[in-house]
Amino acid sequence: MLSVSNLHAFYGKSHVLHGVNLFVGRGEIVSLLGRNGVGRSTTIKAIMGLVSARGTVAFQGRDDLVGLKPHEIALRGLGYVPEDRAIFPDITVRENLLLGSKGRQATPRWTMDDMFALFPRLEERADTAAGVLSGGEQQMLTLCRTLIGDPDLIMIDEPTEGLAPLIVGQVAELLREIKRRGVSILLVEQKLAIALDISDRVYVMGHGAVVFEGTPAQLRENDRVRKEWLAV
Amino acid sequence: MEFFLVSLLNGVSYGLLLFMLSSGLTLIFSMMGVLNFAHASFYMLGAYFAYQISTAVGFWPALVLAPLLVGVVGGAIERYGLRRVHRYGHVPELLFTFGLAYLIEEVVHLIWGRIAVDYRIPEALDFGAFQVFDSLYPAYRVFMMAVSIAMLGALYWTLTRTRIGLIIRAALTHADMVQALGHNVPRVFMLVFGGGCALAALAGVIGGNAFVTEPAMAAAVGSIVFVVIVVGGLGSLAGAFIASLAIGVIQTFAVALDWSLLDTFREVGWTGEAARAIGTIKLSQFAPVLPYILMVLILIFRPRGLLGRRDT
Repeated sequence: MLSVSNLHAFYGKSHVLHGVNLFVGRGEIVSLLGRNGVGRSTTIKAIMGLVSARGTVAFQGRDDLVGLKPHEIALRGLGYVPEDRAIFPDITVRENLLLGSKGRQATPRWTMDDMFALFPRLEERADTAAGVLSGGEQQMLTLCRTLIGDPDLIMIDEPTEGLAPLIVGQVAELLREIKRRGVSILLVEQKLAIALDISDRVYVMGHGAVVFEGTPAQLRENDRVRKEWLAV
Repeated sequence: MEFFLVSLLNGVSYGLLLFMLSSGLTLIFSMMGVLNFAHASFYMLGAYFAYQISTAVGFWPALVLAPLLVGVVGGAIERYGLRRVHRYGHVPELLFTFGLAYLIEEVVHLIWGRIAVDYRIPEALDFGAFQVFDSLYPAYRVFMMAVSIAMLGALYWTLTRTRIGLIIRAALTHADMVQALGHNVPRVFMLVFGGGCALAALAGVIGGNAFVTEPAMAAAVGSIVFVVIVVGGLGSLAGAFIASLAIGVIQTFAVALDWSLLDTFREVGWTGEAARAIGTIKLSQFAPVLPYILMVLILIFRPRGLLGRRDT
């Protein structure tokens, strides 16, 4: 479904991704693991067209994503949830959600009512400015805002960062629900336990390239990779 | 009392005109991070285009056509000029708009000459609208206020009730995220830039004949508009509105008053040479500097402006 080959990315003159290769199948949850600064966030930003990149990114049978603008990539059916959440603080929760909707398909997988049913808290605060929500509520809002645009694959950067354990559980549950509705997920996650628990496959990154790929079970058994690339 | 009412009305109509200019400038700045030095040049272009069109087909078509034409010119400048310069950062963008202001001025010199053109108030509006004590208040001033208020309403409606308004308000904080949600943000930038230029041109159409249409008009109003957006708080539309009205009223009153400090100095017993030199300056002579003094005071005591945010 999403296939990335030999992806290089640059911030100005510094070369941060050195030929990343990865693949996400239909309905799969795939995690990108690794320490801070190894290029996980940059990888999904490069796929989304938010940093300048070279290489090949193919999605749903078309391999011309590199060079497209972010809104063109979004309209192809890729969703992106950034690490800093980037909610729009001065407009209401409902307006934030409306901005996510693209009207791309007549019968989208997710409606505003679905979101409110999943997170009643968002409905209660639908008409307040999004800037006053708590961190957990903002995380739900940013996930829902991207989902309402009905992506076929969603890339999520550190969804559980800075959240209370109870909310972390809710996020994990939402990720499973996303998969149940047939949406693929490419996840950047710091919390190894959650990533291994919900992922179908994982990639470990180091120094701007993929250094391990396999199933969660294979990674659990591989002490060398865990020590060298994941232990803090 | 008569003086007070007439000056207040004139001040408000001038202030609304300033807001028509500053609203576009502040929207462009907060969305795109570009301080458009050429903004007042579009005000001038509006006046000259309206003059040219009105000599051919009259004032009313000019009122609609001139802002539209300037809006198209502005949009094209964003699309084919500013957008290409954008990737090199803010300083080249500033230089680009700076050069653009000179370019527009030279083009105006070439086509319409260096002296003022005969752009007049339409006859249909050249009468006294209502009595203020002993004098008649000009209908054209009332018309200016009506156009400004209609524009204000249209701008508010567009920003709060339409989808593009929603996209603009969201892009003020996270333009990248708006684009990642599938909205064509570069196109919205072009529309906002063109729209801002069209608003400035509309101010030129209705202000050019009330005041003077000449090549120096851009420079004269340009610096005042910068004062407005700094005093109001960079990026704040409500702040720009309050500052526009305040500066419009302050300047109109100051120009009309011939108070001086001579009597005050005499009362406190200061009658030296210096007192006479300072005291004989009239407030009306002082008027052009007042907005800048206000700006300096704001920068000292409230650097983010009246309604600006700390981080902007």
